[in-house]
Amino acid sequence: MSKAQSLRAQAAQRVLLTDGAFGTMIQSYGLTEADYRGSYDLTDDQKGNNDLLCLTRPDVIDAITRGYLDAGSDIVSTNTFNANTISQADYNAVHLVRDINLGAARIARTAADEYEAKDGRPRFVAGAIGPTNKTLSLSPDVNDPGFRAVGFDEMKDVYADQARALLDGGCDFILIETIFDTLNAKAAIMAVLELEAELGREVPMMISMTVTDMSGRNLSGHSVEAFWYTVRHAKPLTMGLNCAFGADLLRPHVQALSPLADTLVMVYPNAGLPNDLGEYDEQPATTGAFIAEWVADGLVNIVGGCCGSTPAHIAAMAGVVAGKRPRAIPKPRPRLQLSGLDPMLMDAA
Amino acid sequence: MATAFKLDEPEIAPQRATFVNVGERTNVTGSAAFKKLIMAGDYAAAVEVARQQVANGAQIIDVNMDEGLLDSEYAMTTFLKLIAAEPDIARVPVMVDSSKWSVIEAGLKCVSGKPIVNSISMKEGEEAFLAAARKCRQYGAAAVVMAFDEQGQADTAARKLEICARAYDLLVADGFAPEDIIFDPNIFAVATGIEEHDNYGVDFIEACAAIRSRCPHAHISGGVSNLSFSFRGNEPVRRAMHSVFLYHAIRAGMDMGIVNAGQLDVYDTIDLELREACEDVVLNRPGHGGLTPTERLLEIADRFKNSGAGAIKEAEEWRGWPVEKRLEHALVKGLDAFVVDDTEEARGLATRPIDVIEGPLMAGMNVVGDLFGAGKMFLPQVVKSARVMKKAVAHLLPYIEAEKSEGQAAKGKIIMATVKGDVHDIGKNIVGVVLQCNNFEVVDLGVMVPWSTILKAANDHNADMIGLSGLITPSLDEMVTVAAEMQRSGMKMPLLIGGATTSRVHTALRIAPAYDGPTIHVLDASRAVGVAGAMVSETIRDELVERTATEYEAIRVQRAGNQQSKLATLEEARANAFPTDFSAHPPVRPRTIGVQPVTMSVAELIPFIDWTPFFRAWELAGNYPAILTDPVVGESATSLFADAQAMLAEIVKGDWLQARGVVGFWPARRDGDDVLLFTGDNRHEVLARIPFLRQQVAKRAGRANMCLADFVHQDADWLGGFAVTAGQGIDVQLARFKAAHDDYNDILLKALADRLAEAFAEALHQKVRVELWGHNPDEALTNDDLIREKYTGIRPAPGYPACPDHSVKPLLFELLDATAHTGLTLTESFAMLPTAAVSGFYFAHPQAEYFGVARIGPDQVADYATRRGVDVAQAEAWLRPNLD
Repeated sequence: MSKAQSLRAQAAQRVLLTDGAFGTMIQSYGLTEADYRGSYDLTDDQKGNNDLLCLTRPDVIDAITRGYLDAGSDIVSTNTFNANTISQADYNAVHLVRDINLGAARIARTAADEYEAKDGRPRFVAGAIGPTNKTLSLSPDVNDPGFRAVGFDEMKDVYADQARALLDGGCDFILIETIFDTLNAKAAIMAVLELEAELGREVPMMISMTVTDMSGRNLSGHSVEAFWYTVRHAKPLTMGLNCAFGADLLRPHVQALSPLADTLVMVYPNAGLPNDLGEYDEQPATTGAFIAEWVADGLVNIVGGCCGSTPAHIAAMAGVVAGKRPRAIPKPRPRLQLSGLDPMLMDAA
Repeated sequence: MATAFKLDEPEIAPQRATFVNVGERTNVTGSAAFKKLIMAGDYAAAVEVARQQVANGAQIIDVNMDEGLLDSEYAMTTFLKLIAAEPDIARVPVMVDSSKWSVIEAGLKCVSGKPIVNSISMKEGEEAFLAAARKCRQYGAAAVVMAFDEQGQADTAARKLEICARAYDLLVADGFAPEDIIFDPNIFAVATGIEEHDNYGVDFIEACAAIRSRCPHAHISGGVSNLSFSFRGNEPVRRAMHSVFLYHAIRAGMDMGIVNAGQLDVYDTIDLELREACEDVVLNRPGHGGLTPTERLLEIADRFKNSGAGAIKEAEEWRGWPVEKRLEHALVKGLDAFVVDDTEEARGLATRPIDVIEGPLMAGMNVVGDLFGAGKMFLPQVVKSARVMKKAVAHLLPYIEAEKSEGQAAKGKIIMATVKGDVHDIGKNIVGVVLQCNNFEVVDLGVMVPWSTILKAANDHNADMIGLSGLITPSLDEMVTVAAEMQRSGMKMPLLIGGATTSRVHTALRIAPAYDGPTIHVLDASRAVGVAGAMVSETIRDELVERTATEYEAIRVQRAGNQQSKLATLEEARANAFPTDFSAHPPVRPRTIGVQPVTMSVAELIPFIDWTPFFRAWELAGNYPAILTDPVVGESATSLFADAQAMLAEIVKGDWLQARGVVGFWPARRDGDDVLLFTGDNRHEVLARIPFLRQQVAKRAGRANMCLADFVHQDADWLGGFAVTAGQGIDVQLARFKAAHDDYNDILLKALADRLAEAFAEALHQKVRVELWGHNPDEALTNDDLIREKYTGIRPAPGYPACPDHSVKPLLFELLDATAHTGLTLTESFAMLPTAAVSGFYFAHPQAEYFGVARIGPDQVADYATRRGVDVAQAEAWLRPNLD
């Protein structure tokens, strides 16, 4: 059985758990510039370059990963949200991108395999690909709406490099997450599809959009429904939402997606909204109660946490999903589903 | 501004269409003006062309930059990036149009939604075709596939079908989703004077029907303006040709067209002579009087070059009265011919434009309200009055807004919506009109409205209450969802429930418990004013809320008390099945097996209309024809009936509505509570399994636990199915009425279309009994007998009591290929669109009769889930109305 089949088989029986945040967990270690930089000779300050820690403090990343596995995560993701050549250019660390992704994948793979060997329950590794800090659909210059800071092919190559390294490091799936620009996601999908042809095997994708306002659109303006129609050709293993708000405010958008997506739905919200100090203070029990509602209403197959979440949050989720029936995957009628910023449907004969 | 009339509320329902207009003006090969802008590098003005198209109703915009002197890739990407920055353009999908793949691919890299590629074809052979198709898939695009192969472009219907079928098979085998295929079977110019071109219109139209039935789920598009190429310079004739062509092509299955969205004529408003001349050309009909169709069109074409029309109406006696009296008269009588002029005159006399509303218009509406309250006016007239009022207010609005004056506050504000998944709105519109007449501000969100939109609108508008409507049973569940979400978000405002399937009992048992705020079922439009008025009254609100809560609690207690231990087990119920006597009446083989389309003209359907439900829709109680002379409602009913007759004449004369149907018969046999359908009489290959439900309520001795399957023989029998609509074409007329603020004719036409659909079903059933199935060939019944169902055999519809599961409808539709044959589609809750439609199964056995399945037990739900291959939760969702 392939890893994708195995995940589907597990998800048919129960609600699965992915992991929680890396960034806010790393903050709690109070690491210094020396921790970040390690023995690398780099020109720029590296403090804040969390992905580099996969090479310089693998012990920290490993400990966080194991914290989530202990809490009950079935899926762990790699600490590689910014491990792409666009984002690493800000740290002048572009030459380390492949090593970071390889290192991150190995940490997650090793830990996941150990836990699976211990109790026989399958664990999965998702290679995380962030959105980069550039956008394909929007102009950074208000006076020149037709300008783009980056092109589709360049973006596709950036994603392809990262995805290739993550797969080489042993990841099971490619997680395209926190998608604020739908066209970026299309470039990432194209990169993975071409990689499949290159490698001669299937590379399952997990796609996760982020909505940036309460109306339920992302930064490029797509509604959740329009977004789904736009990425459905990827035939993703999971489709979902992450980041944005806490579970309470994310709920209507999950509810919009759940009946549409004919695949597993994975949602990992933030631990509420940040307080005045920029800290997330939603308690695990609170998050757990929201997730319990989602599960009771059959909205999700896989849940986890994004910014501010901790192993305690995942453990609280594990408590409320145990023994609960997972979301049934709908079987929509075939119909032409087009989209601009809004969906447009044409019923087929 | 704060008057009781709210105009032009945006439609928030998701876009969903049976014919999609693709805007053609952003195409350098089709629009000289656009080409000029692009060549001059004036992209800002070019973007405005796109904006205009979307504003004019283009649902997709076609972008083409194929011009020899242009860097097409640059032009394509620049333009696409610019329109991506304009949300009012970018909301619709893009069609990336080029004959060069490099231009298409450059375009695809700039489009962030799911676009359409226009086009790919087998011109360069299968390999290049499939390579391009795979690229489309990887970019997440649907594709227009031209009827073009190695031999060239298809011109005859047979060639068009041959190429499209070959392309379809290749694509589907390669993994291309069939619903993402849009065929363009080539629209060529007709009336060119070259005889070989004369049949091009017919070839296209015939190909549409053939392709739709050969290639399931695929769509058909075409560039319409090619057709009239030989009439360049004569826009009225070109527009008429396009409208006539589309009218026929759409009926044949064309569901997308590249057109100038702002310039399509309504088929029935085209001058009759011109229309016939165009029709002769498009349909390649024989010439008259020595002239070929082309010669004839050429001969009359010049006369229409600058066409326009006008009519002068005669003034009547009341026209001499003072303006306030004239307005009152117009409101009470529902006469709208002069209302704009009179309103303008009154505005000239008033200090402020708002005074016209608060003065003579409200005074007139108060007279209407009093007459209605006293039972001297009835709904049809009130709706007509409201139409007049709306027109007057529409005329005043710009002046009022210019003045930014404060108006009289409305009594209260109500959000109204037909819930998600449902498209029926006659009742909701009637209630909306009645409330407006009583000075409520109504924010009508339209149909198919998701709960989040309803809640948001209620908050944004600071509404006093929400009114939900729905006709089909899945809407009941959706209403519970809305109530639960209102509860979740901490709302307190009253929730009013109405619509044909709603009931006091359902509201009490299901909806009210989900929401702590006041939840009240409103039986009909006449009660709506009372309930809404009470909800905004400080004195009687609490009393009504409390009384209703007590009543509903009593219903719940009673239900809880008497509902135990009355169900038989499924096993017991099956043992008590209806013993259909097949030895006395063996199954009859239908004379025709398989699926066939049926068409009837509206004129043929009129004699089959059952008028009593028509009057009931208008809340006039009584049976036709006695109702026309009823001492209380007779006058109103007679007047309504006269209007209905007049509109029927218009419908026939202008061909407003097209009746399309399909019927099928299949070899069948009973398998438990299912009926199996087979591809042939040897009953080897199963075509479909149709699941039915069995009554489980315990019966007294001698009464069976009925199931429709009981009427089918377990070894060899036949089952029929049908779907009919009389609503094709209705949108065009409704849009016209809406633009004219004419609720009366809007509701009248919808109600008549519903009746015609029922009449079609009745007429077709007769034809089935006598001829197509022929199980009762000697039947001789009057229309009255038909209405009383004095015939043998039944035609139960999915969603109605004998087979209450709406989700069986997609099965039926698939068997009949109903969408291709009739243009009917299903919403996510299985409502049929257009709404004037009926579908169902035919059972021929003389003992077959209608019954209600009513309540069923968990054992049958679990069994049904297994039979349908779904989980129990899904089956429960489908069968909710039949569970406790």
